[in-house]
Amino acid sequence: MPGDIVIGLEIHLQLLTRTKMFCHCSTEYIDQKPNSHTCPVCLGLPGSLPVLNKKAVELALRAAIALNCHINNTNIFHRKNYFYPDLPKAYQISQYNQPLAVNGFLMLKEENSSESRKIRINRVHLEEDAGKLVHWEKEGKIVYSLVDYNRSGIPLLEIVTEPDICSSEEAVIFLQKLRNMVQYLDVCDGNLEKGSLRCDANISIRERGKGRLGTKTEVKNMNSFRAIRLALDYEIKRQRRLIEQGEIVVQETRRWDEVAGKTSAMRSKEEAQDYRYFPEPDLLPLVINQNWIAETKKNFPELPEQKKERFITNFKLSEYDARRLVEVKSLGDYFEQATQIYPDYKKIANWILGELLHLLSEGDIDIKKCPVTASRLVELLLLIDRKIISNKIAKSILEQMFRTGQSATDLVEKSGITQISNKQEIDDIIEHIIKDYWPTVEDYCSGKDKAIHFLVGQVMKYTKGRAQPDLVLNLLKERIKKISENS
Amino acid sequence: MSLNELTVIDYLEMIRKREITVEQVIKDTIKHIDRVDEVLKSYLYINREEALKEAKKLDKTIKNNKDIPPLAGLPIAVKDIICTKGIETTCASKILKGFIPPYDATVVKRIKEAGGIIIGKTNLDEFAMGSSNESSAYQVTLNPWDITRVPGGSSGGSAAAVAADETLIALGTDTGGSVRLPASFCGVVGIKPTYGRISRFGVIAYASSLDQVGILGKGVKDVAVLMNIICGYDSLDSTSVNVSVPDFLSSCREGINDLKFGLPREFFSQGLHSEVKEKVMKCIDKLCQLGGKVEETSLPNIEYALPAYYLIAMAEASSNLAKFDGVQYGLRIEDSGDLEDMYLKTRSQGLGAEVIRRIMLGTYALSSGYYDAYYLKAQKVRTLIKRDFDNVFQKYDLLICPTSPVPPFKVGERIADPITMFLTDVYTLPVNLAGLPGLSINCGFTNRENLPIGLQIIGRSFEEEKILRVAYNLEQEWKEIKAKKPNLSFLKDQSL
Repeated sequence: MPGDIVIGLEIHLQLLTRTKMFCHCSTEYIDQKPNSHTCPVCLGLPGSLPVLNKKAVELALRAAIALNCHINNTNIFHRKNYFYPDLPKAYQISQYNQPLAVNGFLMLKEENSSESRKIRINRVHLEEDAGKLVHWEKEGKIVYSLVDYNRSGIPLLEIVTEPDICSSEEAVIFLQKLRNMVQYLDVCDGNLEKGSLRCDANISIRERGKGRLGTKTEVKNMNSFRAIRLALDYEIKRQRRLIEQGEIVVQETRRWDEVAGKTSAMRSKEEAQDYRYFPEPDLLPLVINQNWIAETKKNFPELPEQKKERFITNFKLSEYDARRLVEVKSLGDYFEQATQIYPDYKKIANWILGELLHLLSEGDIDIKKCPVTASRLVELLLLIDRKIISNKIAKSILEQMFRTGQSATDLVEKSGITQISNKQEIDDIIEHIIKDYWPTVEDYCSGKDKAIHFLVGQVMKYTKGRAQPDLVLNLLKERIKKISENS
Repeated sequence: MSLNELTVIDYLEMIRKREITVEQVIKDTIKHIDRVDEVLKSYLYINREEALKEAKKLDKTIKNNKDIPPLAGLPIAVKDIICTKGIETTCASKILKGFIPPYDATVVKRIKEAGGIIIGKTNLDEFAMGSSNESSAYQVTLNPWDITRVPGGSSGGSAAAVAADETLIALGTDTGGSVRLPASFCGVVGIKPTYGRISRFGVIAYASSLDQVGILGKGVKDVAVLMNIICGYDSLDSTSVNVSVPDFLSSCREGINDLKFGLPREFFSQGLHSEVKEKVMKCIDKLCQLGGKVEETSLPNIEYALPAYYLIAMAEASSNLAKFDGVQYGLRIEDSGDLEDMYLKTRSQGLGAEVIRRIMLGTYALSSGYYDAYYLKAQKVRTLIKRDFDNVFQKYDLLICPTSPVPPFKVGERIADPITMFLTDVYTLPVNLAGLPGLSINCGFTNRENLPIGLQIIGRSFEEEKILRVAYNLEQEWKEIKAKKPNLSFLKDQSL
């Protein structure tokens, strides 16, 4: 008996504020010298006090509104108390029973289907990030640990879903949609690898036909969409096997081990900590009135759906192309950059969605870091338009541009692979080909129209694709016509 | 007369007239500290070199300029729970031994900007948890009026220093009476302004929702001078309130016949020492003579204030003091290389018995399953007490009561019995629960032992002006009380 999969997600987003949640330290801490982005407040030095960053609230509000949540008028910050060296105050300022927003949802529209799935959002709240421990190990043993507080106090948005997700695929689809949304809203850059978007999952198996949920486990440490899919699948399988064998699933927190490809127990819920939440006395209640919500809505950045409509109207794209371009915010941005300097929008879209996307996905590269910038792509398209290179050559040039970071013009000049548009040169080659493939010429003359394409192909092959196909076709037809007239 | 005996008002006038120099005053003060403090133990740190250096610098400014900074080199003692840049700040705890803050508390910053000089850091009950100064991990400050007795707490070091002329004025903090009680025990003026009136930034938190910086001085006008400097909104403290700051000095003027006083009968009932009651009643007669209208009133829920106060204070303390974990600063005891072991040893050896008691009680009160019964209920009581005060302040401008139910007690008398110790604060802590301003002023002495007795004046939120005005009027009437100084004859005993 298989049982239904029940998954709920807990997502943490680092908000794209300029400064930390409760002090003026910069949030640009990635790859910086340890503890260089700190002050008495985010170090939790004695006597320091937090002052709430209004921008963090605004970004959180955007996300809460986009997730169709009810925004609480009065927000209370709570202290979550626990000891750990990366937590300098020994408590995290978070939200507890009066969070920013509750009761939202996100619709997942399935491809090629009119069906939509509703994933409910339980709550959305603000909290601060902790620092990071760095362990010095020798022969597998920790010799000493250092702590870096650069991340301490980075604003986080926690989003908790209801257990509405029913497969690892759906979890990934949900996260991709959420990520795209927060990227559109400039709320979070959504980088799983760097931890600006983190996801923990609660998983259980419900006996079919029964309302009660099975015992859940929480899985942590999944740093990519791939990892999430693999970890969830592993955990589902593990729980199913336990149930089948009549064993019980222990409620515990499990860690995904990317290398081993499995989850392992971290701590069980029995030893769960009592966080002794109580209202943070150093912060006043945060009141979010209707004006603030209305103002936030008014200043909403363009969302994918709106962008898609605009692409269809302004750029005359097909519904399909437009949808694919807005699926990832940076892709649409790239497209728009190109449209500003090149008028054939359809052609841009084709190149992005075809060759470029292919290269990007092969190298698992974000288009924001694409070595071929939008203007470089346009340069390539112009070479095609001027008939300096063929479409086919252009594809291989793009690949080289992608690999080397050089411009199309440079690559074309260097390799001498400009298109042969010299009529005489092509004529000479045609003469050659007609001799070699005389039976095919006869086939064509006897009415097999398609035979000519074979001959064009041979010319192209001979010139390594450098001949201009239209020109070849015309010249071939001309030449054969002359021969048959003469004979 | 030694210049450390000056009041702030006299000091400022003499400096303005160029009759004295800052250096002379600082030197006299340090000389006096060196003579007295071996016995009194008011100071944990004396800022010798830095204070003298600042004094010389200020003297130069004063000599050359017409514009003298408002505090003009005034020596100020600072309770060692307030962060001072570059000066060790210990909270009288072993766990903060060696902690040198890289920044000044906002109050210290404002004092320095106004030309004040930090003369030293004063002793306190460890983390301000106590009413006698006996819980300090370093020393017990003695009461200058009787060195067998406590100076009160927790700002006992500041109060004793002011009373014994070891400084001209001092900063304290008041969470449940920690400025007013020692002011009462040491016969000086102590004010705790409205919660939110003075920035808490840089004040090491005991109970964040109750803590407030206060001032201990030799006279009412003295504290008003410093109020003018340190009060006011601070963007670094979210709980500081953005209201305009009046000129408190000008509120020290004559006339109180427009004011109505309430006497909460609960503050005159059982447990009140007869001589304290007698002196306070005398003072009430005086208020009537001065034209004030005095009536008995009631704060019906006040009997629940003490348990509610201690639950809230300890709950907040349990969280506030968790950061002293040996990781970043202060004491760390690590011998096993195990994190939990380091936490346990550092905290159990670095924190004193009273602090550990309060952390444990506070932790318990916040624990899941007990939160509603203790912490939440205490917060509800707090609301009721606020409401009680709101009600009486509809009718009265100010409330009058004793500061402490008893005169200063003997060293060692109450330390073994925490409940009796807690009861010392029974008249002061409701004021913190309600966030109101309160002031203690000396209203006389016990007959036989000549111990100071404090009168407490409580006002509406942000109405410190009225409190100061009443205190000033009483002070004018009690010139002989103000003139009386502790007899430091013990110093001779010491030298024998």
